[in-house]
Amino acid sequence: MSHAPLAAQFIADRPRATWHDQTLWFVRSKRDKAAQALPEWEELRECAAAIKAHTVAHLADYLEQFERAATNRGATVHWARDAAEHNEIVLRLLQQHQVRRLVKSKSMLTEECHLNPYLERHGIEVVDTDLGERIVQLAGEAPSHIVLPAIHKKKEDVGRIFHEHLGTAAGATDPNYLAEAARHHLRQKFLQADAGLTGVNFAVAETGGIVVCTNEGNADLGTSLPRVHIASMGIEKLIPRAQDLGVFVRLLARSATGQPITAYTSHFHGPRPGGELHLVLVDNGRTAILGNDEFRRSLNCIRCGACMNTCPVYRRSGGHSYQTSVPGPIGSILAPARDPQTHYDLPQACSLCGSCSDVCPVKIDLHHQLLSWRRELAQLGFLSASKRLGMQAMSFVFQRPGLYRTAGRVARWLVPKLPRALVYNRFNPWGRQRELPEFPRQSFREQLAARRRRGQSHER
Amino acid sequence: MSGKVAILEAIRKHRVPAAALPNLERSWLRFADPLAHFEGQVAAVGGRTVRVRNSAEVAHVLSTYSEFAQAKQVVSSIDGIASTFAQDAVTTPHDLEAVDWAVLPAQFGVAENGAVWVTDEQLKYRALYFIVQHLALVLPAREIVHNMHEAYARLALGTSSLGVFISGPSKTADIEQSLVIGAHGPRSLTLFLVED
Repeated sequence: MSHAPLAAQFIADRPRATWHDQTLWFVRSKRDKAAQALPEWEELRECAAAIKAHTVAHLADYLEQFERAATNRGATVHWARDAAEHNEIVLRLLQQHQVRRLVKSKSMLTEECHLNPYLERHGIEVVDTDLGERIVQLAGEAPSHIVLPAIHKKKEDVGRIFHEHLGTAAGATDPNYLAEAARHHLRQKFLQADAGLTGVNFAVAETGGIVVCTNEGNADLGTSLPRVHIASMGIEKLIPRAQDLGVFVRLLARSATGQPITAYTSHFHGPRPGGELHLVLVDNGRTAILGNDEFRRSLNCIRCGACMNTCPVYRRSGGHSYQTSVPGPIGSILAPARDPQTHYDLPQACSLCGSCSDVCPVKIDLHHQLLSWRRELAQLGFLSASKRLGMQAMSFVFQRPGLYRTAGRVARWLVPKLPRALVYNRFNPWGRQRELPEFPRQSFREQLAARRRRGQSHER
Repeated sequence: MSGKVAILEAIRKHRVPAAALPNLERSWLRFADPLAHFEGQVAAVGGRTVRVRNSAEVAHVLSTYSEFAQAKQVVSSIDGIASTFAQDAVTTPHDLEAVDWAVLPAQFGVAENGAVWVTDEQLKYRALYFIVQHLALVLPAREIVHNMHEAYARLALGTSSLGVFISGPSKTADIEQSLVIGAHGPRSLTLFLVED
């Protein structure tokens, strides 16, 4: 199903849709406060965008430098061309270590690769340890937001899920009580795990290290108890220097949740004594985006989620309506790059308001890219018949000024006289939630001509 | 063809416009009183700060906390605070689950966000920072940098296999955006700032 009918389903529950909208706006407001507290906010954004542009221009060199430095520190680097290779590498590592239980901290890349169902098919128990991710995992769903995976769930929903899976009291809704139950449940999972898998927020070419940011400390527990740590990262996560972290760490949490920094910002350089650290570098379509002048900047993304929190469409349609691992504005750019056939409708969901571009900490020109995608997808033939025929008709009329003037005159005279049923019907989806503006009696051209005539008569 | 060769070739075949790496030595945000700002930020992220003159005072203040007074297993690497749990005797980090309190040193703090820098260099198991019920860190009050740029400038990143900025206790807001302190890790974070 495409985005529009799924969004319609979401918004059919009015109170819930309003709650979702307001909750995300609250997060956006916290982001504003945090950003405004830093006088150098815009300078940080400029620096971040410049660092990313530089890194992408030299990405192959920096990846090689990163691999050398990481290897020198005792980590093992693996390269995966696509999702299937990534999943095979992870499974092979787990099988080599006879891993039966894996704990994971948040990684949108493994969502993108559909790692969990793949590992489960091979008999491995996979436990997502971020509380929000655990909630949606127990509910049998995918995250609906990249930073707030269970943002679409109310505490009553969480209470029901935990009652069923963790044995909490029926009808419990107190977040403290529910989080405490999850704490006991997940600490057991950490203690039983044979390996830990994390995502990567930043990888530093100069030092060969990776940085992982969490508030719960779940990445740290998951990598300090079991002996084997696997970290999956897209190749665009790289930055050149340790000092560049100063820029990105300052931007990330402020943009994501309005916090000045996450509770844990962990820098891993090589395995811990007696342990193993495996870094899986994944392409999965990123090099293709890198080759495209128009969409290259989407690789700047640090997955803060600010564009989702501010997006009027995302807030009112929910993350699941996008049907991609990364929803919202940035997801609507990345998804069609990977699979235009499936995701061609996402750039059409955008209202082009531009709010996403305003809040993006790495200055991705999101709404411009969404507009570019519309043109690109139309050229690829992914446009509904109604839009294609409508545009052809408009193009025909616009190229003939006489016809355009006549059509305008007829419409101004005729449309206001038409019965409603003829204007607002199933052939006019635009009019489903909107009223046509009141038709003026005269066109601009007619008004101008009349004004000129009056002007002449007033001349001395 | 190996994945590595294929990926590097796929990157190099594209001509990407050159862009300069920015110079980050700039006049970033500074505070008139970095220590006071640090204390305010720690409170804002759910932590607690206490100014002390020496470790005897640390011991005294800890004894006034009911969670510390009731703690059965304490790990300390601070002089004057007794360990009741033999960290060196354990052979797996999993055994640290029993620890109620850890009192450990931190290297420095960051005024802009209330974070402190710790590493696993002096620890047998790095899990200690994350698995204990309550964490107390002791650092010199003068070791507060203004911002993250200064913080990274003074770190020698990579000298230890783990370095962490810790800002407040473990927390989550994943249930309806309600803040809950003590997600999986420490339920509280106390920072002792030792003044000269």
